[in-house]
Amino acid sequence: MSFRRYLIQRITAVLMAPLIVAHLALILWTSGQGLTAADILSRTRGSLGWGLFYGGFVALAAVHGAIGVRGVAREWSGLRDAALDALMWGFGAVLLGLGLRAVWAVIA
Amino acid sequence: MAAPIATAHTGTSLRVSLWRGRAEGCYQEFAVPRRENQTVLDAVTYVQRELDPTLSYRFSCRVGVCGSCAMTVNGRPRWTCRTLVAKVIEDGRIEIGPLANLPVIKDLATDMAHFFARWQEARGVFVATATRAEPLAGIRPDSAGRIAADQAIECINCGICWSACDTVRWNDDYLGPAALNRAWTLVNDARDGGGAERLTAITAKGGCQACHTHQSCEQHCPKGLNPTASIAGLKRHAMRAFIRGDLG
Repeated sequence: MSFRRYLIQRITAVLMAPLIVAHLALILWTSGQGLTAADILSRTRGSLGWGLFYGGFVALAAVHGAIGVRGVAREWSGLRDAALDALMWGFGAVLLGLGLRAVWAVIA
Repeated sequence: MAAPIATAHTGTSLRVSLWRGRAEGCYQEFAVPRRENQTVLDAVTYVQRELDPTLSYRFSCRVGVCGSCAMTVNGRPRWTCRTLVAKVIEDGRIEIGPLANLPVIKDLATDMAHFFARWQEARGVFVATATRAEPLAGIRPDSAGRIAADQAIECINCGICWSACDTVRWNDDYLGPAALNRAWTLVNDARDGGGAERLTAITAKGGCQACHTHQSCEQHCPKGLNPTASIAGLKRHAMRAFIRGDLG
């Protein structure tokens, strides 16, 4: 792993930490309130704030996860750098695409 | 030929299974008289001197200073001169192989050239900033750099941490715990002038960031050092350099 990728992975982890805590707290709170899916969607639909919150979360996770998968593949598969980079970008793009699709589903 | 051990026989024997060959080979078992306070190196030496003089292994000081007698004992890398048989024996038997993650020259002797080359690559060489004509540098014993260096400075280059490290096994580029530990002592040496080159070396491919913090090096180091902590120090050092803009 290059030092630049190492730094990016650490920084994305630090940025994700409060988002994860907020996400988990939100799950517990909504469960406690007895909110239905329809109740939640009525709050998230059209909300720029929730879109930015979960959109940012997805972007950070895509970068963080892609670098991590590259590192795992580097050590376990013996792939060369060009293939590892392709895997990293491809995996990151898939994560980002799936994640943003899910975000779109709750805010649009 | 002089007997290698002066302690008394216990009247029992020990089964010692030794690796024979190179990368390809097999374990060969020998019966060695059990003695009080017998070390693993004593047992290997008995085999070589009394049973099979073709056995190849490496040792020098026999007192835990030179770092040359490290081997894999019952699956774990250990300094054999300071490892008592009583501590590692299992069902009357000990299995002794060469250190892992190093090419085997023959039997229990490994080629450590690659291990030592990593020290050079990590810029583990002191770069003087003063001549001998100048006064001695004053380093306070309670200064932060001196304390940090003290905790990492007693390495005997035995290669046990290299052998124990999963990242070394997975990653051919990795500088390894010992070389990075050495780099950390120099980062904390106020007299050293090789910081910029060292920073580049320890953040290059296979540098400090490759460490997974498994702490196998710390677990196995016979000197009780913690190379993982040194590497964590290098990560912080490099991070600060990046924030300052000193890292290209």
